[in-house]
Amino acid sequence: MNLFEQEAVGLLAIKVKDIMSERIKTGEGGIIITNSEDLMNWARLSSLWPMGFGLACCAIEMMAAYASNYDLERFGIMPRPSPRQSDVMIVAGTVTFKMADRLRRLYEQMPEPRYVISMGSCSNCGGPYWEHGYHVVKGVDRIIPVDVYVPGCPPRPEALIGGFMKLQEKIRSEHPLAPEVFLEMQAAHQETGLPT
Amino acid sequence: MMVFEEINDLLITHFPKAIVQTNHQGLQPSIEITVESLPHICQFLFEDKTLYFDYLACLTALDNGPSAGTMEVIYHLFSIPYGHKLVLKVKVSRNSSEEDLPQVPSVSHIWRTADWHEREAFDLVGIRFSGHPDLRRILLPEDWEGHPLRKDYKAQDQYHGIKVRYEDGNLPS
Repeated sequence: MNLFEQEAVGLLAIKVKDIMSERIKTGEGGIIITNSEDLMNWARLSSLWPMGFGLACCAIEMMAAYASNYDLERFGIMPRPSPRQSDVMIVAGTVTFKMADRLRRLYEQMPEPRYVISMGSCSNCGGPYWEHGYHVVKGVDRIIPVDVYVPGCPPRPEALIGGFMKLQEKIRSEHPLAPEVFLEMQAAHQETGLPT
Repeated sequence: MMVFEEINDLLITHFPKAIVQTNHQGLQPSIEITVESLPHICQFLFEDKTLYFDYLACLTALDNGPSAGTMEVIYHLFSIPYGHKLVLKVKVSRNSSEEDLPQVPSVSHIWRTADWHEREAFDLVGIRFSGHPDLRRILLPEDWEGHPLRKDYKAQDQYHGIKVRYEDGNLPS
């Protein structure tokens, strides 16, 4: 280790996790030691771009969450007009069978890694239409995989923000760089109880 | 402005055979007419100088159920220059699952708004409007089975591979 590196490590050796917390930016220091996986996860979870679309009244709450009072932009969340540019799909509202085909296609058009937030009772399980709603899909998870379910009818903007934070937690613990074989081995070891 | 009794009398003098019955009760008194006379009476209501019903405010289809064996179509008419209103009803017999849909003449050539109203009635209740220019489903997808607002409607098991009923769960079939 050369002199410069020693000094750098001595000066500031914090992980990206720590700078996520509130911290006064002084402009001093300037070197962060981390691993590429944490850095990548941090970058991904700090700029979750949802697809800009809504299906029903939940979309009104979603729009309120985007607007200045709740300001999702401060989490790096801003709606995109195209599924090709989106990381996350917020299914905000009642999913009808007529919409189901379109929704599935939009999901398939999103690049991986992609996530789905199911917002509100309707898209969670059919909501008030669970029994007599001949036209409603009884849960959007019958069409596409869902990462986070946000309960409510409709959920308040705070609840949607809570859903995003759950999704951020999920992304934080992902291993995007690990080879699939290694992850499979790890999972198999955990199942059998052997030390990894 | 004409009151209901005056309109009723006028219709009886012009179409003595077409009036099935007149209901004076309730907030909206109504006149039930025969299905065959519907386009003629509507044309008259629209064109007559003293009536001038230029606005079809609503078109409703009703299913009275298999036991009653009838279906109804209700027309709410309003005259914008005169301010009088009228409720017209026609009754048709209900079809069983093997029979053809009941037929009612279209009034979309008189009031353009009836175009979409009749499509909705066809879509959800299953009444065929003869003479309609474009009688397709308007709300449900084109490949939907059945007419959901019928009393004896049974939801299909699956739509495009998705289970329709809640209790069937999420597991693939």
